[in-house]
Amino acid sequence: MAVALIPLVYLAVRTAEAGADRIAAELWTERVGLLALRSLGLASVVTVACVLLGVGTAFLVTRTDLPARRLFAVLAALPLAVPTYIAAFAWVSTAPRLEGFWPAALVLTLCSYPYVLLPVAAALRGADPAQEEVSRSLGRSGWRTFTAVTLRQVRPATAAGALLVALYVLSDFGAVSILRAETFTRAIFVSFDLGFDRTGALVLSSVLVALTVLLLGGETTTRRRGARYARLSGARRPASRLSLGPARWPAMAALVVVAVLALGVPAASLGRRLAAGTSRPGALPEVLTAAGNSLTVSLAGAALTMLLALPLGLLAARAPGPLTTALDRLAYLGHALPGVVIGLSLIFFGINVAYPLYQTRWLLALAYATLFLPLAVGAVASAAAQSPARLEEVARSLGRGPWTVLRTVTLPLILPGIGAGAALVFLTGMKELPATLLLRPTGTDTLATELWTSTAVGAYAAAAPYAVLLVVISALPTWLLVARSGLLDKEKRA
Amino acid sequence: MSEVVVSGVIKRYGRVTALAGVDLRVPSGRLTAVLGPSGCGKTTLLRCLAGFERLDAGEIRIDGALVAGGGRHLPTHRRNIAVVPQEGALFPHLSVADNVGYGLDRATRRSDRIAEVLALVGLAGLGTRMPHQLSGGQQQRVAVARALAPRPSVVLLDEPFSALDAGLRAGLRHDVRDALRADGATGVLVTHDQGEALSVADQVVVLRDGRVIQAAAPATVYREPANPWVAEFVGDAVLLPADVEQGVARTALGLVPVTGAVPDGPVTVLVRPEQVRLTAGPGGVTATVLRHDFHGHDALVGLGLTDGTRITARVLDGDATVALGGEVTVRVDGAARAFPADPSVGRPVPTPVRLAG
Repeated sequence: MAVALIPLVYLAVRTAEAGADRIAAELWTERVGLLALRSLGLASVVTVACVLLGVGTAFLVTRTDLPARRLFAVLAALPLAVPTYIAAFAWVSTAPRLEGFWPAALVLTLCSYPYVLLPVAAALRGADPAQEEVSRSLGRSGWRTFTAVTLRQVRPATAAGALLVALYVLSDFGAVSILRAETFTRAIFVSFDLGFDRTGALVLSSVLVALTVLLLGGETTTRRRGARYARLSGARRPASRLSLGPARWPAMAALVVVAVLALGVPAASLGRRLAAGTSRPGALPEVLTAAGNSLTVSLAGAALTMLLALPLGLLAARAPGPLTTALDRLAYLGHALPGVVIGLSLIFFGINVAYPLYQTRWLLALAYATLFLPLAVGAVASAAAQSPARLEEVARSLGRGPWTVLRTVTLPLILPGIGAGAALVFLTGMKELPATLLLRPTGTDTLATELWTSTAVGAYAAAAPYAVLLVVISALPTWLLVARSGLLDKEKRA
Repeated sequence: MSEVVVSGVIKRYGRVTALAGVDLRVPSGRLTAVLGPSGCGKTTLLRCLAGFERLDAGEIRIDGALVAGGGRHLPTHRRNIAVVPQEGALFPHLSVADNVGYGLDRATRRSDRIAEVLALVGLAGLGTRMPHQLSGGQQQRVAVARALAPRPSVVLLDEPFSALDAGLRAGLRHDVRDALRADGATGVLVTHDQGEALSVADQVVVLRDGRVIQAAAPATVYREPANPWVAEFVGDAVLLPADVEQGVARTALGLVPVTGAVPDGPVTVLVRPEQVRLTAGPGGVTATVLRHDFHGHDALVGLGLTDGTRITARVLDGDATVALGGEVTVRVDGAARAFPADPSVGRPVPTPVRLAG
């Protein structure tokens, strides 16, 4: 866990070193206030929009007789496969004038509403229809039952999704930068990149981390409340579907519009630019080199991350208690810690403490390990649940010693899950932008940084091949997520 | 052939005492059922026998060898025991044959021991299946075969049938008993189901609040329970206040002889519902029929006596003689068991009797 804390501790130490006067001078400026307002404003707008869009879509695809529900479910989940900076790139390359707060809000909403959709859809499917039936039988109308029972059943899922969105927006760097919406992450990067203004960047980073912690505190409260929504055990029955009647055509139209905006625009834009981008002389070798770099850096990151995650995950799964709860919370922190902040902290750490690592791929791998450790620990812990303690007890009772049990029972059962976790970390590392941008050794370009560089100078055609490759790479973990949410399960006959 | 002796075992979890000094002898080659309500400590006892838990005091010997107690804790895998857990817990990545062969050494695995125990539990020829291809009952049979295969000193069964539905359960528990018997295995079956304990075990150990209340043959536990609580726990019971005079109890149901030597004075007597006979005519104690629960093979009739006492009778010959609200004459067949008087039982019901509709 120490590895995960290095950057944060370092951030705190260096910030404190600057001295109170300096910090105050940096902090209490109109600019910081504006940045905070704008970041929080963006997070609020996007979160509210995502909740409306996510809950609405989840209800339409799970609880109504909407035609082609499964198709719409997949279409609604797919935006997860589009990294926000690629969506932003697609919009900018379609309409170059598009920039500022509201376009950023639009793009971020279209990219992140699946974070609300997926948990809410899963909760709607899992919710006990008996509660709704009881409400109806007690004389509540369909609409009042929906607001009084159904929405409350999915409230924990909605809150969890909304939190993810808010954290995601706060830490997003690529989209807001490309769309020139002045937020914290962008300001941190710019003050570091242009002016090499360390103290300014550090202070801004600390404020961003503080905002994140504030949000996480809110999450803890919703969690506690969530405990009250336990479902009674019993045979599960699918809920009856609401008949939309003629309303199903506007509902379908709305979903189509969202899908076109979220998927159609990027697809059209990338498709249009791709031909030009690949026919450019020298494009192929550049793309291949970048892909190779992405591959090796992400592999190193994934290996390091899994190495650290294995003992932690096994411990968390075997010894439930405060530690497990803390680790669980950290899974959120993974979405919360902005890559810009991690990257920045590790640069200072590299320069001042571990200089041999500075400007090597290992520092970048360390950044990935910090960013994705919670993701990996979660994967290992849930894999370890595949081998319940009961099985190991039986094996021991049959005369097998601890090591034999580990080799013949535990490992065979948990390896597939651990492999999936490693793949997830690997793929997530491939599309990581801000930390990579800050930490890559000079001259080493990855898919994400090439895309960034090309976009920055308006070379949209040159950026297209990288964008397409990245979308393909992101599609795989998205598919895993969607499949796990149960959104695609065949409906059982009642 | 192996005998298990448990003496003075105490096990605490924090401030909760799960086992408060358990003494127990499990005879070799027999099936002993540990029976008790949930929370009585029966699963803890099993986990102590298996070596999953360390004792706080007392000792456990298997075949005379000390496996736990006195600072010694032989790890599970050296105790030569085998566990059949509640939900089977088959290794999902191994075939049925590999599951059964898990506890065997290489040489034995190649012999026909696997086929032998699979046949014993009625699953001959299913060795190549994977666990998820089996029904719940079949999975439990595999779990039993897996436990039997290495010929352990003791097979520990932890409510192995409770997850199955009633019809399957009855058949399976007798097959398992027969398989254990055919293999000469010593078994300890933990259960909260008194029917299960009485029907399959050679010895029933009744556990309550971490103590052994009674350990005896099933028929003894049923007919001569150690106290009124055991009497009610192992079956339907009519407990009546009575006065004993020279071996005969004066009860609300008339004079009933008591078993054993009981000193004169107030007692509580146990009458089993099947001892209560109903006749149509007068002559004896009259009672009103309040309730009639038809079970197919027999029926339980709830009766109210004139003094307000409520009793239950088991009748075999259907519903011919009784009509709700009708009057019948009752008498007690055979002898009753007497306990020291307990003021809490058999008190007349204060509320007015309401006829069931």
